[in-house]
Amino acid sequence: MTLLRHTRGGEITERQALTINPAKTCQPIGAMYAALGIHRCLPHSHGSQGCCSYHRSTLSRHYKEPVMAATSSFTEGSSVFGGQANLLQAIDNIFTVYQPDVIAVHTTCLSETIGDDIPQISEKASEKGLIPDGKCVIHASTPSYVGAAPTGFANMTAGMVKYFSKSTSPTKVADRVNVIPGWVEPADMREIKRIVAAMGLESIVFPDTSDVLDCPQTGMHEMFPKGGVTVEQLRATGDSAATIALGPICSDAAAVELTNKCGVPHTTLPLPIGLEATDRFILALREYNGGLVPQEITDERGRLIDLITDMHQYFYNKTAALWGDPDQLVSLSELLLTVDILPKYVVTGTPGKKFLRRMGEVLQERKSEVQVRQGTGADLFLMHQWIKNEKVDLLIGNTYGKYISRDEGIPLVRHGFPILDRVGHQFFPTVGYRGAIRLLEQILEALMQRQDDQCSEERFELTM
Amino acid sequence: MISVLEQRAAQIHQNGRAPFAMDCEKHSVAGSVSQRACVFCGSRVVLYPVADALHLIHGPVGCAAYTWDIRGALSSGPQLHRMSFSTDLREKDVIYGGEPKLYQALVQLIDLYQPKAAFVYSTCIVGVIGDDVAAICRRVESEKGISVLPVHSEGFKGTKKDGYQAACAALFQLVGTGPIDEISPLSLNILGDFNIAGETWLIRNYYERMGIQVVATITGDGRVDDIRRSHGAALNVVQCSGSMTHLARLMEDKYGIPSLRVSYFGLEDMSRALYEVAEHFGDSRVQQRAEALVHDEVAALLPDLRRYKKVLSGKRAAIYTGGAFKAFSLVRSLRTLGMKTVLAGSQTGNREDYQLLRELCDEDTILVDDTNPLELAKFVQEKDVDLLIGGVKERPIAYKLGIGFCDHNHERKIGLAGFEGLRQFAREVHSTVMSPVWRLVPRRRRPSAAVEANEAAAVHFQPRCPGECSTCDLPHCDVPVGQEILP
Repeated sequence: MTLLRHTRGGEITERQALTINPAKTCQPIGAMYAALGIHRCLPHSHGSQGCCSYHRSTLSRHYKEPVMAATSSFTEGSSVFGGQANLLQAIDNIFTVYQPDVIAVHTTCLSETIGDDIPQISEKASEKGLIPDGKCVIHASTPSYVGAAPTGFANMTAGMVKYFSKSTSPTKVADRVNVIPGWVEPADMREIKRIVAAMGLESIVFPDTSDVLDCPQTGMHEMFPKGGVTVEQLRATGDSAATIALGPICSDAAAVELTNKCGVPHTTLPLPIGLEATDRFILALREYNGGLVPQEITDERGRLIDLITDMHQYFYNKTAALWGDPDQLVSLSELLLTVDILPKYVVTGTPGKKFLRRMGEVLQERKSEVQVRQGTGADLFLMHQWIKNEKVDLLIGNTYGKYISRDEGIPLVRHGFPILDRVGHQFFPTVGYRGAIRLLEQILEALMQRQDDQCSEERFELTM
Repeated sequence: MISVLEQRAAQIHQNGRAPFAMDCEKHSVAGSVSQRACVFCGSRVVLYPVADALHLIHGPVGCAAYTWDIRGALSSGPQLHRMSFSTDLREKDVIYGGEPKLYQALVQLIDLYQPKAAFVYSTCIVGVIGDDVAAICRRVESEKGISVLPVHSEGFKGTKKDGYQAACAALFQLVGTGPIDEISPLSLNILGDFNIAGETWLIRNYYERMGIQVVATITGDGRVDDIRRSHGAALNVVQCSGSMTHLARLMEDKYGIPSLRVSYFGLEDMSRALYEVAEHFGDSRVQQRAEALVHDEVAALLPDLRRYKKVLSGKRAAIYTGGAFKAFSLVRSLRTLGMKTVLAGSQTGNREDYQLLRELCDEDTILVDDTNPLELAKFVQEKDVDLLIGGVKERPIAYKLGIGFCDHNHERKIGLAGFEGLRQFAREVHSTVMSPVWRLVPRRRRPSAAVEANEAAAVHFQPRCPGECSTCDLPHCDVPVGQEILP
């Protein structure tokens, strides 16, 4: 019995109490990732040491970058008497030694359950003079037993608005938009900034992990690399003309908060992965730039369509299995359908009712051909069982799909988080028209390489 | 002087400059970017390699997600340990208790996989909401007829070391429940090796070549039934600081099994381990076989090591390991390669460990306990090192600084134990320290420092390679006094 033979097909038993090979992880890592997108910010995990260590290790493996974060180092005593003393000491130590501009505290299952009140503790820190002038402590509540990693990201991003955004004047800056990119790669955040600039608009992208988790080799270890949205920029989000939130699960909460707090109108869109989703993003930006789409962007779109039409016969009749975070899955499914690939199985462990409705909107008349599952029991074990019962041509998801890939001989296109065994995701965006080209290139590579590997010698083709 | 957290000053020793009074075994200072983990992590890594057992993590999904197939602990048979099982506790379970879920999950898993035993790990939240995990385990055990063992590994209840203890306590429940007939008086258990990249197989092979029966490997390539009968072995050979010493102690108290503490890393320590085991049994044939084995292995290894040493001589290394015991072997092995250890530290060392490290290292070697990236980066730069040895969180720091890196933790892909392991270690160090890519990065160049380092390193070498080995320029193939490697 090998690892790969631990999953059998046949009848699928419902599991209400048991998750096998999860297609999700817990909230705090999302909050940590978001906080890393603030310039000179040290994420702080208010809980046991292991949480912080696991999150840092996972982010480090994915980005191949040092990931800095501190912990309250809970002990048995703190679990009984509360973690206030730990957090006060932590705030003092962090500002004394590491000197960040911001400490972004997120909670854990432990600190939430014992009822630590972070705003009250940081108020106390402030009274005791532990927070130097001009420095801030912000927080997000992220118990591990609620939501999943994307909602942790959403909570910390909303926290940025709660703590920083300010409306200083009733007239907004007409040609400046806020963009909340959602949980995407640093390369994607960089690409989003490029697209907005190409559209002739100023942008504040938050959080922004570009130049934080994709740093050049300089021979130096920077505790706080040059990237990240600055506190000043975060304050200014309250004066922007609009907010475009990309990916409802990760970004909607902050956009709504910003509307309520500063009167900045917002539009929430799916992640701009794929042709249609990028079209929507460009159309939304056009609302604020006088309606122009520069030739540069039009050409990028044209090249994407050119690729799709050139290669459409290789997409024909293909099926794919997808797992990961809801915002990613909705846009990926739409892209696949656009090019004539059926996203046959879709699984996310992240709970939230809107996902199924959004998938329904994307799938439309093909709904009956697709299995979508989320929440409890929606894991890679279930996915593997489905595939055992009826195969697909392609897997798209994080590294944890490699067991299924090897067992079933199905190629895996790595997308999402975490990717522990390849590089590329840090460097090449998958958002925008150019990002879609990159994704389709990876998908074609997988499908065509499989054809080359598996076809008979006489069918082996030079020109494809 | 490099600035450090004030409360941490006592956990750093700049060797030779001050009287030795190293503070350690402390909780990490809150707010420190510590490289340490928690109790659960300790239990999980230790029990993980038991390949035919079920490992169910009772808690929110994160603890299971982050420890899914995380360790390169190989199994020659079942691979059940590489799956990730979680009760995925949600808010309503936290309010009403997670016991029903735990029961259901256990029953479903046992029906699905028919494991030999089940380990149930408690996480932080379970400790707070007060689920009676032991009671559920007992109930399922009686219903399903397999051992269901609670592991008391709530994250906040101490450090990783306490997690080792909890793991040992769980393992000890199994010990003594299997038949021990057909176990030779010349027999032992291998404790504290986790079969990373097949290391346990190598060590097992050495003992078997010496004519000693290996009863159980705990936990590398571990099997429940072997652990059940491990009390029939005549000796426990324990590697690694702390992770398995507790189990050895428990077995000694209850079954009178003596134990030996060894390291399998490096020529000197590996040879010593085999000789000490042979000596323990006092059987002349075993002793002869051990000598022959060491002789053959070392003779096969020396030409390669000589080659590596020629180019690595004078290079400077920094070591930051989980347990301190590993650091001793590393210091010795680096010296075998002509390299100098300028910084040594660990996450969980105790005072005795650091005392020994201090004696082992040079005058100006810096010792650190439970360090953080800022300190580590500063020391590494100040000491101008060529190589950092550490784990996953240290690797990117090394690369950003533009220095070589060698993983000595569970993420590594190559075996470093045994004689073969030293060859691979030398190759790994060579592959990174001598890589041409460092020419691309703006590194500080201090030729004078390299010369000094060379001289300082040379003083420590006491060449003693007799016999065939006389042409060897490798000074460090010495073994415990009175025993020559080569006849």
